[in-house]
Amino acid sequence: MAVQVRSRLEEILETCSDLAEDVSYPSVKRWRDEHPGGSVVGHFQVYFPEEIIHAAGMLPISVMGAGSKLEAKQADSHIGSFICSICRTSLELGFSGKVGTMDAFYTTPICDVARNLAGIWGRNFPGRTSEILYLPQNANSRQSITYLRDEYARVMADIERIAGRPVEEADLHRSIAIYNENRRLLRDLYRVKRETPWLLATTEAYVLAKVGTLMAREEHNLILRDALAEIPDRGGRKQDRVRVVFEGGFCEQPPLDMLQLIEEACYIVDDDLLLGMRWIVEDVPMTGDPLRALAESYLERSTYSCVQHDDRKPKEEMLLRRVEASGAEAVILAAAKMCEPGLDEQVAYQKSLAERQIPFLLLDFEEKMTAFERMRMEVETFVESILFD
Amino acid sequence: MSLKQAPAPPVDDQLIGRGRRDGNRLFKEWYADLNAAAEGGDPTAYVFVMGSAAEVLKAFDLNLVFPEINSLQAAVRKVSLDYLNKAEDYGYSTDVCGYVKADVGVHLDDRQHPNGRIPKPSIVVATNMCNTYVKWVEIWERMYGCKVFVLDIPGQRGIGWGTEPDSEQFENDRRYVQGQLEELIEACEQVTGRPFKVERLQENLAHVNRMATDWSSVLKLNQNIPAPFNAMGDGLTYMGVLSAFRGTETGARYMAELREEMEHKVRLGLGTISEERFRLHGVGPACYAYFRRFLELFQDWGAVYVNSEYLAYAGGGLDLGIQYNLDRPLESLAEQLLITGRRSMSNMFFSQDQLADAVRDWKSDGVVYHSVKSCRTVSTGMADSREYLTRIKGVPSLFVESDLVDPRLWSEAQFKNRIDAFFEALGARKAAAALVAARG
Repeated sequence: MAVQVRSRLEEILETCSDLAEDVSYPSVKRWRDEHPGGSVVGHFQVYFPEEIIHAAGMLPISVMGAGSKLEAKQADSHIGSFICSICRTSLELGFSGKVGTMDAFYTTPICDVARNLAGIWGRNFPGRTSEILYLPQNANSRQSITYLRDEYARVMADIERIAGRPVEEADLHRSIAIYNENRRLLRDLYRVKRETPWLLATTEAYVLAKVGTLMAREEHNLILRDALAEIPDRGGRKQDRVRVVFEGGFCEQPPLDMLQLIEEACYIVDDDLLLGMRWIVEDVPMTGDPLRALAESYLERSTYSCVQHDDRKPKEEMLLRRVEASGAEAVILAAAKMCEPGLDEQVAYQKSLAERQIPFLLLDFEEKMTAFERMRMEVETFVESILFD
Repeated sequence: MSLKQAPAPPVDDQLIGRGRRDGNRLFKEWYADLNAAAEGGDPTAYVFVMGSAAEVLKAFDLNLVFPEINSLQAAVRKVSLDYLNKAEDYGYSTDVCGYVKADVGVHLDDRQHPNGRIPKPSIVVATNMCNTYVKWVEIWERMYGCKVFVLDIPGQRGIGWGTEPDSEQFENDRRYVQGQLEELIEACEQVTGRPFKVERLQENLAHVNRMATDWSSVLKLNQNIPAPFNAMGDGLTYMGVLSAFRGTETGARYMAELREEMEHKVRLGLGTISEERFRLHGVGPACYAYFRRFLELFQDWGAVYVNSEYLAYAGGGLDLGIQYNLDRPLESLAEQLLITGRRSMSNMFFSQDQLADAVRDWKSDGVVYHSVKSCRTVSTGMADSREYLTRIKGVPSLFVESDLVDPRLWSEAQFKNRIDAFFEALGARKAAAALVAARG
């Protein structure tokens, strides 16, 4: 009988998959054990300048719901009926204590559900910081960078108070360097997906990236470096599959089973999943005022999303560029149920793609969905319509 | 059961009901002007009720279109479903804001609204006071290629967070807002081809100063028993004028006359129904697709909305008044926009303590939370705010759900059952309290 030896990559993927799906947050628990008295700061989607938290010696974690792994038993009674699932399960994470005590929770003005979270969180967890980081919604003002730099300074003062120590410029530069490396490694990961999708499934790339939202980034960098070193040696042959871009995962994350069923029929060669980790698309400069460098990078060296209006980034145009750059021939336009910005944008995207005769499939999803038969049929029909067109 | 009527005023008392009559007349004239602007192709700005920047835009003689008012009017006139269907056929999900979809329907109908034709936008201004505003303006940008301006007003960061004018934090935010106002002025100059005149801005600011002072007084007059107006019914007309005629002599005069009417009613002891049994504080807007019925279900129990958070936030936070300093108009505009805009947003996201104070000051017996699918801005935190208010402050409340403009989400039987049960409990509570008081 042949003994199957798991490769190093398979081990990494299995570990990451377990960590990414485990809502008891073992990586956060481990960090607490290794850092007695250390503080954990949670932030809601999409983007947050984690470098500021990291530089204070704290653990920043991304609060992005809990999929079908956690029932919103308490949160449901605090939130109205017509609200997205990610908001409910994110709040439930607070109630359930699964992630332990978060010393602070930040949300951003990506939508009004997200803004409301600051009030809801604050009323239910008094005594802990619960605030909105007011990222500028006028991305085109001459004042925006200075305003954002000051807003980051405000948040940093809060973080320093919680940490009980000042954050020096050198601390920030060190953290920025770690995050720059992280973003470079993630870009490499996406390059693999784009150029050789048969070597790395999107579900695999997803768990490799997602664990970074739950552990210190220097540790995540080690994982990504290991994985990237192993991928080229992985067996696998290119198959005749439709290459698609998946658009619509910027906030609420689709279930892994949904991504998997899409991948059974297509190669997902680019996507906007876990977008906040990849929001900044170039290195943040390591010179000068680090807060200003972070603010500039948020506005000037960043990708696009339907939750930001920026005259320089017309969204349909940006999506078309993504399609072209990834060599995709079709688009999956997904939107989370009850997500106003996502659903609004879906209309604009589909008109634009239709004008250019780029095939697209509209899907709506919820992070907690568990039945996919209908969706499987829709995806298969879509792919067949392209293959046999 | 029919509506209970207020006691008949003296026959020759022309003051009573003047605010409603004049409000309706002003809106007819306003729509007629828009119709004329549509025919003449005059420069027009699309704006929103929360943070319209009317003071600046009217300095350029731009016509103002309020799409929220158009959608509301479509619902009141029972045609919102036609527009919603058009927008949904076009691709908009049933989960998208009904105000947005009713407006999209109007545009797909070549901007033909039941109140008249709506002119095309030359410039559109969205504040961040509702995030959907920003998505909404992108729709017009795609339809018409018009200039989009997002006026970002950083709000309250968390519970208990506040900044005093002149503090470093306030100054940081004010500089940002003022810089944007300067950029808005540049954009208006480009769109209209007209130069900015600071005197025009000062005039508009002075009108708003007067209007907001009287508006604040009108709201406070409802602390009287009986309340002289229904905040959810009459209040909507008054607030419509507040938005549409902000920065004008007409608007300022209207509000002064409205104050006069309300003071008169208070002197006469006139309320809105024959017996004011319950005083309510509303959170959330009404269902405009069934507006009359929505109000009747409460009035049938002798209940009057004496206050509504809607009047605070949808009125752009002017409920406490505003005081522009005309000697430094742009700085003051930025400062006051920050204060009132922040107040407006805080009334939605961090309302619990202000709400408890208002319930006390307006002597309300309970709070009615109306959660609407269309508006997640006001509805997301309602259940939690209600739980907090009940637990911490012991205020009785009712929670009902439907929509602003979508008649498909209205279930009268369910609504009525909950309302009836609420008033039965509230009546028992008041009776018990009266008994305790009588026993000393």
